[in-house]
Amino acid sequence: MKNIIITLFAFISLASLSSCSSDIYDRSESYPMLIPSNNDDLAGTWRPILLSAPDEFSLDVPVATTNAAFTRELNEIKSYQANITDEQKAIIKYWSAGSVLRWNEIMRTLVAKHNLPPYQNADGTYPTPSSANPFASTPFPFSNPPYAARAYAYVSAAQYDALVATWHYKRLYNRVAPYVADNTLNVLVPKNGMTSYPSEDGVLAGVTVELLKLLFPTEIAYIDGKAEEEKLYRIISGANVRSDVDAGIILGRKIAAKYITRAAGDGMGAAVGNQTIWTQLQTQTGATGETPWLSLDLPVRPPMLPLFGSVRSFLMSSSDVLASRPVPPPSTRSTQFATELAEVKSFSQNATRKEMEIVTFWADGVGTYTPPGHWNAIAADAFVPQNYSEVRWARNMALLNLSLMDAAISCWDAKYYYFNPRPTQMDSSIKTLTGIPNFPAYVSGHSTFSGAAATVLSHIIPAKTEEFKALAKDASNSRLFGAIHYRSDCEKGLLLGETVGGFAVTRARIDGAE
Amino acid sequence: MKQIYFCCLLLGSLFANAQTEIDGIMMSKNQLCTGAVYQYNAWNNYWEGSFKRDNQNLGTVSNNNISVNANYGLSDKLNVIVSLPYVTSKASAGTLKGQNGLQDFSATVKYMPIEKTIGGATYSLYTIAGISIPTTNYTADFLPLSIGSQSRTGTFRLMGDYQRGHFFTTLSGAYLKRAKITIDRNAYFTTEMVYSNEVVMPDVINVNFRMGYRSNRLIAEAIVDNQVTQGGFDITKNNMPFPSNAMNAVKVGVHTKYTFPKKEALSLVGGFNRVLDGRNVGQTNAVYAGLFYIINFNKK
Repeated sequence: MKNIIITLFAFISLASLSSCSSDIYDRSESYPMLIPSNNDDLAGTWRPILLSAPDEFSLDVPVATTNAAFTRELNEIKSYQANITDEQKAIIKYWSAGSVLRWNEIMRTLVAKHNLPPYQNADGTYPTPSSANPFASTPFPFSNPPYAARAYAYVSAAQYDALVATWHYKRLYNRVAPYVADNTLNVLVPKNGMTSYPSEDGVLAGVTVELLKLLFPTEIAYIDGKAEEEKLYRIISGANVRSDVDAGIILGRKIAAKYITRAAGDGMGAAVGNQTIWTQLQTQTGATGETPWLSLDLPVRPPMLPLFGSVRSFLMSSSDVLASRPVPPPSTRSTQFATELAEVKSFSQNATRKEMEIVTFWADGVGTYTPPGHWNAIAADAFVPQNYSEVRWARNMALLNLSLMDAAISCWDAKYYYFNPRPTQMDSSIKTLTGIPNFPAYVSGHSTFSGAAATVLSHIIPAKTEEFKALAKDASNSRLFGAIHYRSDCEKGLLLGETVGGFAVTRARIDGAE
Repeated sequence: MKQIYFCCLLLGSLFANAQTEIDGIMMSKNQLCTGAVYQYNAWNNYWEGSFKRDNQNLGTVSNNNISVNANYGLSDKLNVIVSLPYVTSKASAGTLKGQNGLQDFSATVKYMPIEKTIGGATYSLYTIAGISIPTTNYTADFLPLSIGSQSRTGTFRLMGDYQRGHFFTTLSGAYLKRAKITIDRNAYFTTEMVYSNEVVMPDVINVNFRMGYRSNRLIAEAIVDNQVTQGGFDITKNNMPFPSNAMNAVKVGVHTKYTFPKKEALSLVGGFNRVLDGRNVGQTNAVYAGLFYIINFNKK
């Protein structure tokens, strides 16, 4: 009898274990439908980033809602709704959280998926990913932090400009939403009362798809699939008629083209450098008597994007970048350096579990959406409860991401100007709690990104200033705790980030949205 | 008929190379077998998906592993087995810091409902149910140097054993139900982004086959073991591993146990095994040795 009871007990404990194992809470799936607290009706007058004016690109006059063609478009909505499927309902639930938000998430997905350093050749050299041959065995891109920062910035800036143009044309053409033209129409999303030509979702799909095709050329099928879903969502839900969406896509594409032209000439193509430049960086730092940076990857890998510091910013001139450059790091021969190196070693040996947690939380290394992506995720979580209009969502994301791109530019400028070694290069007994990035130490990228992001986000949501600052401090410290950066890298990096963030804040004050 | 001097051996689930809750041996009633096992395992090559490679930034990844174990006979047909390992991990190259700590406590109930001797052969059937629970807050999300997966695991195994003279074969199959884990990040990429600090762990099916020589004094057996993850995803090229990767392995090995003739309560175990083929795991070689002692609580 006892035997049977014990066996039964074992089975019950097994069953109880199995009943609680596979549901997880995903906050992205839990975002509510976006119901803007303010439509920002005058956003058509906000200052664009790259467009010369909101109407730089023309948009055809829409047909009137009294036109039979419009009635047929209403009938299209009704016919979809009559046979709506569960899959279509899921698409509506997903996209109605907000288009800027969802495209930002899609970007983060693409960055994480492609954030993989090239695998070495048989001879120990490394192939360089090439946009001319994106499907090669070394695919394009390697979306490392600078690549990602620039990608987020282009998409966010273009989305913002596209929505400023959208708001301009909505007001200009003043075509009412389908549910206003036909009050018998069922609407599956909140009615925001705005005019609907062109569709903001159409414009966002149009502009974003074109830029993502440039930035992630192997993902076009996936990106197109998302855009098709978004288009369907607007029509099935009754928020837009097809011509609202189609006009939006056309307008979005025109605006994307201007950004694509800019991207072709912003210096990114040359940022990877070449052997001559890599060697020169070593010899010029060696000539100053300092220890030049060496790759700790095996086989030894060329430095990551040494000329990214020369990429053309949206908000900073090259003299701004120069003027913001941090003071030199402690000389590798100085006692301060020795003290800082000893501190790194002590974290390497004695980091607490809590410190290890901070290191892992902020690692944002290979296979992740990078530190800029992490700050996009933080921003998204903070923006959702604010119930911004799409145009304000885009504006705030653009300010954040322009600033993160500037952080990447300014940080990379400092890294390759000083070409300072990592702690483990100076003391090989220093083991690390996260991977050592393949670029010089001074200043810390995490710290620069975080300083910039916290500055911009604190301007946008002042009530969360302390929270953002604390996050930035953690992100910065995480690199010291992880034994891959000296204290000077982190502290000066945060300061640089705050300086860089100031440029976006200056813009925010005069862009017409405040 | 099984003899009382056969003794148990069990290691934590992740390094389950020398488990003998998988063997066709029971402790007799009121006998307690306790002991310790030391295991060393290491790999140079591993599989990213199906791509086999080395990694100069890791060199040789090794684990040192000491476990304490106990098996108590509640009856001749019902045993309770517990085990707790201490694990140390290390990479011989690169900069990543090795980890160490107490790993997962496991408790297993092993029940033999059927044992029949027909002709000269003994047939027995076993049901084995176990749980394994992490004992410390070690980091699961630092592969390949994490010392474990942090997943509470429930195992149910059905096993058949055949013995004729000193020759035996044992075949078993198990389903490992693994609970979700919590990691130190609040977003991660698998084949899509997941915005959560929780990770769904794929379950595992294990099939184990062993055959060889079994007497009162000596066991010598050859083992083939196949572990197949039910779901999970592949490590992409040059990416880091993740706890919820598919982790499959086909292993072969040998296991021996020797009981001292003059001191029948004392036995030595040892063995070796090697991963022949795998997916998202290291090509591990493992060697282990242990010492066990039986305490008899039966009244004389």
